Amino acid sequence: MNEELALQIKDLKSHFFTSKGVVPAVDGVSIDVPPGKIIGLVGESGCGKSMTAMSVMGLLRHPGRVVDGTILLEGRDITHLSRREQSKIRGNEISMIFQEPMTSLNPVYPVGKQVQEAILLHQNVTKEEAKERVIQIFKEVGIPEPEKRYRSFPHQLSGGLRQRVMIGMAMVCRPKVMIADEPTTALDVTIEAQILRLMKRLRDEQGTSIILITHNMGVVAEVCDYVYVMYAGNVMEQAETFELFERTQHPYTQGLLKSIPKLDRKEERLYTINGVVPNLLHLPKGCNFCNRCDQSVEKCFLEKPELYETGEGHKVRCFRYEGGVKG
Amino acid sequence: MAEEKKGMKKEKGRVLLEAADLVKEFPLTNSRKGKQVVHAVSGVNLTIYEGETLALVGESGCGKSTLGRTLIRLLPATSGRLLFYGMEISSMKEKEFAVYRRQMQLIFQDPYASLNPRMNVKEIIAEPLTTYGMAKDKNDLEQQVKELMKEVGIPAEFINRYPHQFSGGQRQRIGIARAIALRPKLIVCDEPVSALDVSIQSQVLNLLKDLQDEHSLTYLFISHDLSVVKFIADRVCVMFLGMICEIGDTETLYEKPLHPYTRFLLDAIPKADPKLRNEKKELLTGEIPSPVNPPSGCRFHTRCPYAKDICRQEVPRGKEIGERQVFCHFPLEG
Repeated sequence: MNEELALQIKDLKSHFFTSKGVVPAVDGVSIDVPPGKIIGLVGESGCGKSMTAMSVMGLLRHPGRVVDGTILLEGRDITHLSRREQSKIRGNEISMIFQEPMTSLNPVYPVGKQVQEAILLHQNVTKEEAKERVIQIFKEVGIPEPEKRYRSFPHQLSGGLRQRVMIGMAMVCRPKVMIADEPTTALDVTIEAQILRLMKRLRDEQGTSIILITHNMGVVAEVCDYVYVMYAGNVMEQAETFELFERTQHPYTQGLLKSIPKLDRKEERLYTINGVVPNLLHLPKGCNFCNRCDQSVEKCFLEKPELYETGEGHKVRCFRYEGGVKG
Repeated sequence: MAEEKKGMKKEKGRVLLEAADLVKEFPLTNSRKGKQVVHAVSGVNLTIYEGETLALVGESGCGKSTLGRTLIRLLPATSGRLLFYGMEISSMKEKEFAVYRRQMQLIFQDPYASLNPRMNVKEIIAEPLTTYGMAKDKNDLEQQVKELMKEVGIPAEFINRYPHQFSGGQRQRIGIARAIALRPKLIVCDEPVSALDVSIQSQVLNLLKDLQDEHSLTYLFISHDLSVVKFIADRVCVMFLGMICEIGDTETLYEKPLHPYTRFLLDAIPKADPKLRNEKKELLTGEIPSPVNPPSGCRFHTRCPYAKDICRQEVPRGKEIGERQVFCHFPLEG
């Protein structure tokens, strides 16, 4: 089924070479993105989820670089492309939207012009045609009065509208894959719900594959088809969304889910995961999570676990599942 | 409003802080259209009881932070009255107010911006203590700082470290230690966990709860995260564009929201359970109107699917439904 994948990341390693040592920000991550699906990449800050995305986009800069692994876009290796080749793909076949729509738009150009630029860069069309496309995409992403908004500057738009412009820009060349890095984190809940619904619509109507990077398990549950839970540069657990929430297996995923305050009942105390995310310069010798894990055994401190398959499409990086699921 | 007090249950503590018709407006300085103001808080009546956690929730720009700051006089109110244990503090001179100021502290959202990077932990936590002359001598001061560090879970040997040497969660703990240093009555927590990761967020929330029990603190907890509010708050006040929509006990308010806006807010939260996905659920359309030209009548009417003519013309007055107070012409039930 490999040829069918829109994007395949195989054993990706992206390291940062700093004066204090090598930081393994992404350390052997494999992700399969089938067409027309939303893949969730979830984890806390510093877990490497954004760096995985930056590696795919070819946006890693000194002192970071991809040291190992392959990235296949519809079977084509795009891991080590020249800048020129990369910029042909970027924004055209694979695009990205960022968390803060204010800082990712140029404040001195009207938003319509900025989206138009993306079209003119990749497609052989006239300015007039490009402008029509922009207004059309603005309609598609639900921007009211698209003709008027074409001439608006970023500061004249609300956060929700700016994010719609960003999504429009990312979608305008009909990419196969869109990477959305915390697209709703800076937005209010009512606007977040609108944007999430829009992303689902794009998936269903355009067949776009979306990699959704988030720290919010609620967002994952709401829109993702498949989930990868990351921690300290590794994928700790991966499964289809319903499977992951129903049969949560990794102690870290369990802890994450337990520590979210619940809406449907009153709790006296919240569950907490002890300690803090480890410094990537000084990772434990064994499992990256061993120091914070409440189920760790001696082996966890000595050896690194692999991803063990525990069910169809369900993989867990924990020694408890070394021989499959017990009991 | 006098009727608000009558409607409250008896078992609540003494009234700690009361706001009557509180208004806060910010003038726009370089406006071309003549004198314009941002109506951040427009006529809020609010009572905070001793020992409770009252949550202020709403979307960005609804005036919840401004209200929080105006309530403790960090911002001067444009009009309206503030009573602290029945004592009017809104018209006091700054000098007289100093006695009350130490009773009210603030915890900020961003643990990276709220600590001075050039001060070490000792100086940060000791600052309020020295300002109010709470320590006999240097040793006593250091002792008190160490006590406070212990209370919030920062090892005492870190006393000479600087903020950049701590993680976000630890910095927030330092901010909390500074806030409780003067043993205040009221702490305004302005989005104290929004910048933190989930696993750290739960640690800080538990800490806030423990400190409240230990020192019988009263919290005004400002947040946009309704699941966090559900965990920590006794009562919730929902705001929209400078006005209160609904106030009530957390449990009942979450179970049966009376104001349409409250219901939409609760519905919009993505739940951490894929089985609760609802592809057809009604979403609130549009965005928050401008606080410079707020809509007439009920300020929510431009987004409200149930709005009728009266909503566009008349500002809804507070209705008592049980212990709840709701500002809507057509509350959802009752």
